[in-house]
Formats: sequence, structure tokens, C-alpha cells
Amino acid sequence: MPRHKLVASESDVSIEVDADFTEDRVREVKNERNPKAKERDTKRKLEIHKTTEQKTENKKRKRSHSKQRGKRNIDDEDKGGEQISKQKKNRKNKKTKKLLTEEAEGEGYITKQKKKRRPQVDEENANATKQMTPEGPPKKKKRAKVQVESSSESEDSSSEKESSEEEEWKVTALTPEELEKLKEAVDEKKKLITILRGKPWPMLKKLQTLKESHDFLEKFEGALGKGKAKKLYAYKVMMLKRWMKFQRDFENFKTACIPWEMKIKDIESHFGSSVASYFIFLRWMYGINMILFGLTFGLVMVPEALMGKPYGSMPRKTVPRAEQASAMDFAVLWDFGGYAKYSVLFYGYYNSQRAIGWLKFRMPLSYFLVGVGTVAYSYMVVIRTMARNANEQGGGDDTNFNFSWKMFTSWDYLIGNPETADNKFASITTSFKEAIVEEQESRKDDNIHLTRFFRVLANFLVLCCLAGSGYLIYFVVRRSQKFALEGLENYGWWERNEVNMVMSLLGMFCPMLFDVISNLENYHPRIALQWQLGRIFALFLGNLYTFIIALMDEINLKRKEEETVKLNMTVWMANLHNGTLAENSTAPPITADPADVPRGPCWETMVGQEFVRLIISDTMTTYITLLIGDFLRAVMVRFFNYCWCWDLEYGFPSYSEFDVSGNVLGLIFNQGMIWMGAFYAPCLPALNVLRLHVSMYLQCWAVMCCNVPQERVFKASGSNNFYMAMLLVILFLSTLPAIYTIVSIPPSFDCGPFSGKNRMFDVIQETLEMDFPAWFGKVFSYASNPGLVLPFLLLMVLAIYYLQSTSKTYKKANAELKKKLQAQNEENKKKNKRAALKASDPEEARNSASEQQWHQINNNASKKEMDTWGCERGQNQHVTTCTRQSAAVKRQCGPADLHNPSTRPPPAQRNPATHGYLPGNPHQPSLRMQRTSSLKLQ
Amino acid sequence: MGNKQTIFTDEQLDAYQDCTFFTRKEILRLHGRYHELAPHLVPMDYTNDPDVKVPLALIVNMPELKENPFRNRIVESFSEDGLGNLSFNDFVDMFSVLSEMAPRELKAIYAFKIYDFNVDNFICKEDLEKTLNKLTKEELTPEEVNLVCEKAIEESDLDGDNKLSFADFENMISRAPDFLSSLHLQHLSDTLIQNDLQSVVTGTVPPWSNSGLNVYLRDTMVVSRT
Repeated sequence: MPRHKLVASESDVSIEVDADFTEDRVREVKNERNPKAKERDTKRKLEIHKTTEQKTENKKRKRSHSKQRGKRNIDDEDKGGEQISKQKKNRKNKKTKKLLTEEAEGEGYITKQKKKRRPQVDEENANATKQMTPEGPPKKKKRAKVQVESSSESEDSSSEKESSEEEEWKVTALTPEELEKLKEAVDEKKKLITILRGKPWPMLKKLQTLKESHDFLEKFEGALGKGKAKKLYAYKVMMLKRWMKFQRDFENFKTACIPWEMKIKDIESHFGSSVASYFIFLRWMYGINMILFGLTFGLVMVPEALMGKPYGSMPRKTVPRAEQASAMDFAVLWDFGGYAKYSVLFYGYYNSQRAIGWLKFRMPLSYFLVGVGTVAYSYMVVIRTMARNANEQGGGDDTNFNFSWKMFTSWDYLIGNPETADNKFASITTSFKEAIVEEQESRKDDNIHLTRFFRVLANFLVLCCLAGSGYLIYFVVRRSQKFALEGLENYGWWERNEVNMVMSLLGMFCPMLFDVISNLENYHPRIALQWQLGRIFALFLGNLYTFIIALMDEINLKRKEEETVKLNMTVWMANLHNGTLAENSTAPPITADPADVPRGPCWETMVGQEFVRLIISDTMTTYITLLIGDFLRAVMVRFFNYCWCWDLEYGFPSYSEFDVSGNVLGLIFNQGMIWMGAFYAPCLPALNVLRLHVSMYLQCWAVMCCNVPQERVFKASGSNNFYMAMLLVILFLSTLPAIYTIVSIPPSFDCGPFSGKNRMFDVIQETLEMDFPAWFGKVFSYASNPGLVLPFLLLMVLAIYYLQSTSKTYKKANAELKKKLQAQNEENKKKNKRAALKASDPEEARNSASEQQWHQINNNASKKEMDTWGCERGQNQHVTTCTRQSAAVKRQCGPADLHNPSTRPPPAQRNPATHGYLPGNPHQPSLRMQRTSSLKLQ
Repeated sequence: MGNKQTIFTDEQLDAYQDCTFFTRKEILRLHGRYHELAPHLVPMDYTNDPDVKVPLALIVNMPELKENPFRNRIVESFSEDGLGNLSFNDFVDMFSVLSEMAPRELKAIYAFKIYDFNVDNFICKEDLEKTLNKLTKEELTPEEVNLVCEKAIEESDLDGDNKLSFADFENMISRAPDFLSSLHLQHLSDTLIQNDLQSVVTGTVPPWSNSGLNVYLRDTMVVSRT
């Protein structure tokens, strides 16, 4: 029973008011309450701040309340009182906005409880309630403001209230409105259960509250509803319970299904969050690739393999006669030539037949849609993740809290490894020292010109590197084309893999070079890291695009070749016809083996092959670097250290560090290549899944076994979206060439699902014409006519513009408010300081006290004041000033208004925006406390 | 439950899941960790809520906390008696609040408790100095410490009382970009690190065959050298 609890907990505080009632109640409570609850109660009592001021404050307030109550009672008995108490609570709610959200909830909840109870209480109870209503809020407020721990008190008491209320409910019959209220209560309970885990209570209390609410729910959930409705309700509740249970199980299952969780946690605890962030990124990438793989495998490769024409049935599905001898050689297969080339792995194998198999599967359409779908899906996922990250990061752009943040958030609680911890200590210390130096602004830029010169030089060197690597790749690709024209058979392994090898080697050595060059620049490490990332990004991008440009050249060559093949083809066909005609005029015209039929070069397959080779060589380089650079080095350092003349472990070679940024970049570019090539080689996602899977294990092992924690431990959280942004850029850049080839180059005439069409996207038109009713095609053609599309586009652009401008306005308003808040804070601080100064000088204080204090009371008075008032109280003179002053205040406001200061004349400089975190707010009650105590002195 | 031994009843597990951010498995794992801390003290059977507390000295030596400069404060602020003796409930509570899923507000409340060394519900300059010294292993000079603490108070003290109340602290911390990620703690798979240590001690395992071993090897070597 709520008032039992309230009174019981208050009974140690308030003696003078309602003493008889209290005792009465306490007796009652004793009967009802089990010993456990009592124990809890006493504990709670202990928790409550029992300063003498508060006690007196309570008394005072109660006195004023009872006065007020007496007045109200004359006016109107029950309803008026209720309304007033509600009003008051509302006001209080406004004032205590600062409190945690659940606090507010709790308060609202109590109001409801009170409302609910009212109709069914008898005369005596009504009396008690009236006495209670004024008591409830002040008590709660006192608790709320005092400290963090007590923030949960009211919630707790509300829940206990509820549990003890059961008794009442049992005896009384249920009227519809009571039912409604009961339902409300039940819902509240449910809500409480769901938010329970977020409460800052000790576990024991949580468990008890949970148990109580469960008991309550069990008792009263069934009582809701009547007859059939009751049954239905019970059924609903049961289903809901089942559903909850299922959800929980599913949740458990889901977390159990997240792969590599333990591995990553393990790494996290050894190396801190930044290294772990790479692995989380890797896992995320793996997830995306799984889905891409599922799409291409399930909708493209498997249908073609199962339902399409079998191998050897037509020229595009057969290894040509010339290649047949070596088609099964490992070297050829490793290059994805031979049988691998003429299989579902590549574009060229697919037939252009519209519908295949007994399912009438639309193969070309499916191929096209999957190609578009993978890209669309990737865009969606990346952007969604970015948005979520941005939301999570919150407004971290505030630089006002430089030192505080450094102090309270710089330690990474995940670190569990002594060495990482040492590094972290060191980096924190340096960051503090840097900040101090910056703060003092005594850093002498000893030679700014030299630094500038070095920076320019560094950038120049980097540009040279970039240009050189770009040219090298272009040169190599052109050379490889020359080789290809002359026939690859005459050349060795190096000539055949030159392009990939050169690209991989560049990707390996250039970052090191950049690292060396960046030493010249003398940047802050964080900035240096970003420069480094940007440069590697530019390098990779340059390489990739040179590669693509070279590929484009090759495509054009192939297409020229295709023209000649087409000519030859007609000649060949004519010959064939002539031959067969001469022998047998009735036989079907084509009898030639599909392996002998001349065929075009099929540039699509060529592109796919190039990308597959690139991926393979890239993967190999990564793994080999890992083995040699990390593992062998670690082994050497470890074992040769016994017989070496200097300390290898802490000296020159040392163990390698895990290079998070480089690895992330590698991963991003790898993904870019997948996106680019997946249309022409459906096997790419599968390959990538394989690669990522192996990487996961290999790198996890390598990190734990041969790497040491970084010297400078960076937090990962800030850069997450940075990586995502890079991924987005890469996604965009890699879809560009793919889309260009799809849209503007006609497909080969004799291979692939789109053969025979003018453009690849014609497949959509064809489907619309053949598979959909005529009206649909018409509608589509209307919808796609420029007259409709252009306004639609315009509308979208306008919408984007509108949204962007509103968001800009919001941002501006936000900044403005922030500025205002800051100004207000500054002002407050100054004022408080002034007040403190004046207070320390009694003479002055007496002169200006009245004005000053009046000002302070109105102006969200703050803690500082409290202190000054405290010291004032120490001096007798000031007590008198103080009391005189507050008496004046009281006279002015009238006694009834004392407990709701919002009705006082509006303060001069109250800023509504500052309500949220204003210093004065939490302490307002204590201010009142001061005044009331002074009243007592009077 | 499928386990050979019942640790919790289903109701208990459900209740814990309601009150924490953990799944069933994680709670059982946590119990494993708790049991490991003091195998003689903590029973395997928790169905009847035994009143057992593990002292601070044992908890602080968990690998998750061992390197944390604030380990004592963390444990103390989660203990019911304020002295650092944790019952299983407190133990679960600690990991729940410091888990990935716990909301910012909750973390802020407990972070305040952690950094409030003298438990006066304000973070005063003294607390800040302690925090700073723990963070930097006392490598800053007293003047520097003083400067940093003053700056920190100046930045976040809104009401000008030269110490940080919870409101000040929350206001400051709620905007920190790294706060959520920094206040994480996790329970490792229970035996991983101990296994490593044991294998190092017994010398049965080659250095590269086990995860994390290398690091431990190096540590032990450093110890032997010095």
C-alpha cells in the first residue's frame, strides 16, 4: 500500500504531522508486510539523506501543506484537492525535468495510481489520501534532487505501492472504469519490466521489483475482462507471454549465431578496441559478401548449372578445339582458363535463352537483376550503417570539454593486457602533456619555414610516387596486351602475371614509402594517420583506375577482333552449308562439333577473368606478407634473441604491429574490385567469402601470435564512419565503370545471357513485352516517358534541397542554443563568484543582500549560492539578513505559493533553453529548504 | 537445462535476463567466472540464493580488471557495502552495466560513482587529481596535475561550486564521443588466459601455437630478466 510505505519511510522524518495516523498505519503495515520487505524498508531509510536540514524542511513544508489543505477543504472537498495535487505535480514535473527520464515516468505513474485509487476508497481512506497527497511530491522531490542513488526511490516506492495495493483490489468489485485503470496499471508494470535492466539499482532490488511485478501481473492479468472477453484476454496474455519467450529465445539464438564473437573479444581485450574494430569490420564485410554470394549463387549460378543446357551442347559452353589439350592443366586452371573459363563461373558460359528448365526460369533477366540488385543492396547497407553510426556518435563535435573528456573517457576499459595498458598509459600521458602545452600556448614554432618546406617536399614526393605507380601500371598493362596479341604461350609465368604482381607489389611497398615520407612532415599523429590513409587511398584508387582504363583499351581491341570474327563466321557458315549441301540435302544444316565453331573473343569473360586473377593475386600477396612479415619475423626475433648481440625484441626488428588502417584499406579495395567484377564473373562473391573466411582465422591467429600492441593506441569509435565513407566512395567509383560498360557497350554476339541484344538492359524491355500483359507495358512506357520522369526528378531534387535546408536550419538553431547556454553558464558563474566575494565581506553583504538575493532566487539559484548561504549562516549577522530577506519574499508571494515557485513573478533572465541542465534546477528544493529553515528561525 | 548440474533455475535465469543485458549463456558463463574466483567459497548450486560474497582483492585480479587503473573503484561502486565485497548479484550487475548494450545514462551514473573517489556525491578536485594520477601513473608534475584539474573543473562545472555534481558530469559526459565505447568491460572465455599462463609455466607449448601466448612469454621473460 503506497501510503503505508510512504508514511513508514517518512515516519522517522515527520513526527509532528499526523502522528496518530502514522502510527495507525504503521501498525497496519506491520501486519501486512513480511520481514523481508521490512528489512528493505529500513535499508531504504538508511539510504535517504538524513540531514537535519531536510528533516526540518519536510516539517516546514508539511506545515504549509496542511495549512493549504485546510483552506482547500473549505472550498471543495475531494475533487478540488485532487485537481490541485495534480496541478502541483505537473508543475513539479516541469521543474524537475532535469531528472532522469524514468524518474519522470515514476512520477506520472504515481499520479495515475492516486487517481485510480480514489473512487473506491471509503471516507476514512479519503481522509488519509488527502493527507497523503501533499506529502507525496515533496518527499519525492527531496529524494530526486539529493543524489544519484535516490533517483530510483520514487520508482521503487511506486512499485511497492502497487504490490501492496493488491489487497484492496481483491475485496472490491471491479467496475468498468476500475478495470480500465487496472489495465493501465498492468501495462505500467509491463513497461517497468522491460525497462528494468536500465535502472541504476542494485541487482537485489531489481530482482525483487521484478518478482513483485510478476506476481502482480499474474494476479491481475487474468482478472481483466469479463466472460468471453476475459477468456480472450487471458488467451491474448498467454500468447503474448509465449511471444516474449520466443523472442528471448530467438535473441539468445541470434547472439549465439554471431560468428567469431569470442575470438574478437579476445583480441579486443589484448589489443584494445581499435584492432578489434578491424575484425568487426571484417566480419561485417563477410556478412555482406555472404548475402551477395547467396544472391549470385542461388539465382544465377545454380539455375544455369541445373536447368541450362549442359556443357558441350553449344559453342559458348565448350572449350575450343585448340585449347582442349591443355584445358585441364593446373597452370591453366589456376589462371581461370580452360575448363574454368567455360563454366558457370564466368559471364560467357550463360545462354541467352529466355526461359530455361521446367520452371521457365528467366535466366537473362535474373542475371541482370542480380547484377543490379547486388549493387543496390550494397549501397543500402553501407548507407544505413553510416546513418546508424552517425546517430550513435551523437554530438561529439563539442570541443569545450577537452580536458574533462581526456580525463574521463580516455581509458579503454577493454584493455586487459599489461603491455597494451603500458602503452595506453604512455599515450594518455603524452596526450595530456600535449594538451597542456597547447593550453599554455607556449609552444615555439621554432622553424615554421623548415617545417613548411618539409611538408611541401613530402607532398611532392608522394605525388611523384603516385604518378610513378600509375605510369608503371599503365605501362605493364600495355605490355601485357602486346604479349597477349603475340600469344601468351611464348612467355613465362612472370609475363602472364605481371600486371597483378606489379599492382600487389606497389600496394605493399608504397604505403611503407609514404610512412617514411610522412616522418618529414612532423604532424600530430592523428592527423598524420589521416594523411597516410588518404595517400594510400589515392594510390589504390589510382592503380585501380589505371587498371580499368587499360582494360577499356583491351575491350575496344576485343570488339574490333569480334567484328572480324563475325565476318569470318559468315564465311565459315557458308562453307559449312556448301559442304553439307553437297553431301546430303535433307540433313540439318549444322553438324559441326561445337568445339570447332569459330567464336568471338567475348570481352566480358575477359574482364571477369582479369578481376578474378587480380583478387587471387591480391589474396596471395596478403597471406604471404602475413606469413613472412609477421610470422617469420616474430619467430626469428624470438629465437635468435638468445644468441644475438643486441636485444632483438626491443631493438631493431622487434615484433610487428598490427596495421589497422592499412588492413582496413586493403579490405575496402578488395571489396571494390568485387563490386566491379561481380557482374562479369558471378564467382567473385564466392571467392571473396572464401578469402574473408580464411583471413579471419589467419589474421586472428597472426595478431595473437606474432603482433604486439600498437605504441599509440587509438580509439576506434571516431574513425568507424571514416572507413564507411571510404567504402561508400569506393562503391560509387567501382560501380561507375561497371555501369558504363553495361549501358554503353553492346554485349558480345555469341556469348553470355545478353547475346544477340543491342544493349544489356534490353532484357528488361523484352520481359515487359513478353511476360506482362499489354496494359502493363503501356503503363510502364507512359511512366517512363520524359514528361513524367523529369518532373519526378525535379520533385526529388526539390525534396532533397528542402530537407537539407531544414537540417541546416536545425543545426544553426542548435548552435545558437548552445551558444546561449554557454553564455548563460558564464553569466551564472560570474554572478556566483561575485556573490561569493560579497558574502565574504559582511558589511557589503548587508548593504546589497536584499537585491542580490532576490536576484538569485529568481535566477535558477545554484549550488554556489547554497555554499555562500551556508557560510552566511555561520555568521550571526547574516542569518538575520537572510531571514529578513526570505520573510520578505514570503510575504510577497503568500504562504500558499511557497512550494511552487513557478507562480512567483517571472524571473528576469530565465532562459527556457537552459532548463535542461541548468545548475539551479536540481538544487531548487534545497534553496527552498534554506528559506523555510530561516522561517523557522523567525 | 541440459547441463549436468543445475546452477540456476529457469526462473532465476529469466529474472537475470530481465534485469541485465545478458543472454542465458552469458549469465551462466559469468557464474563460471564468479565461481572460479573463489572455488571454495562460491557454490556451484545457486538455486537457493546463497549469501556469498567475494572480497575485492580476488575480483580485482580478474584479467578484465587487472590492468584497469580504476579497478578498485569499479568494484567498490558496485558492491552493496561500498567496500568491494561483491555478491553474485553485484557481480552480474557490474558486468551488465559495463556491457556493450547498457545505455549511456546508466553508464554515466556508474561512471560518476567510479570517479567519485571519496563518495561524497561530488567529483571534487581531489577526485580529479586521483583520477589523473591513476591515468598517467603519476608521471605529470604536481603543477601540471593542478592545471589539468582546474581546467577540467572550469570546463564542466556549470554552477561554479568548483566541483562536479552529477548534473555537471552527465552534461559533460553525454557529449563525449568516446564515452560509450570507453566504458566497456567484457568477460572473456573463462579459461583462455589461464591456459596460456599455465602452458607458459609448464613450457609444454611452442610459442606460436597458442593465442596470446607470445605476449605472455615476453612478459615472463621481462620478469626473469629484471
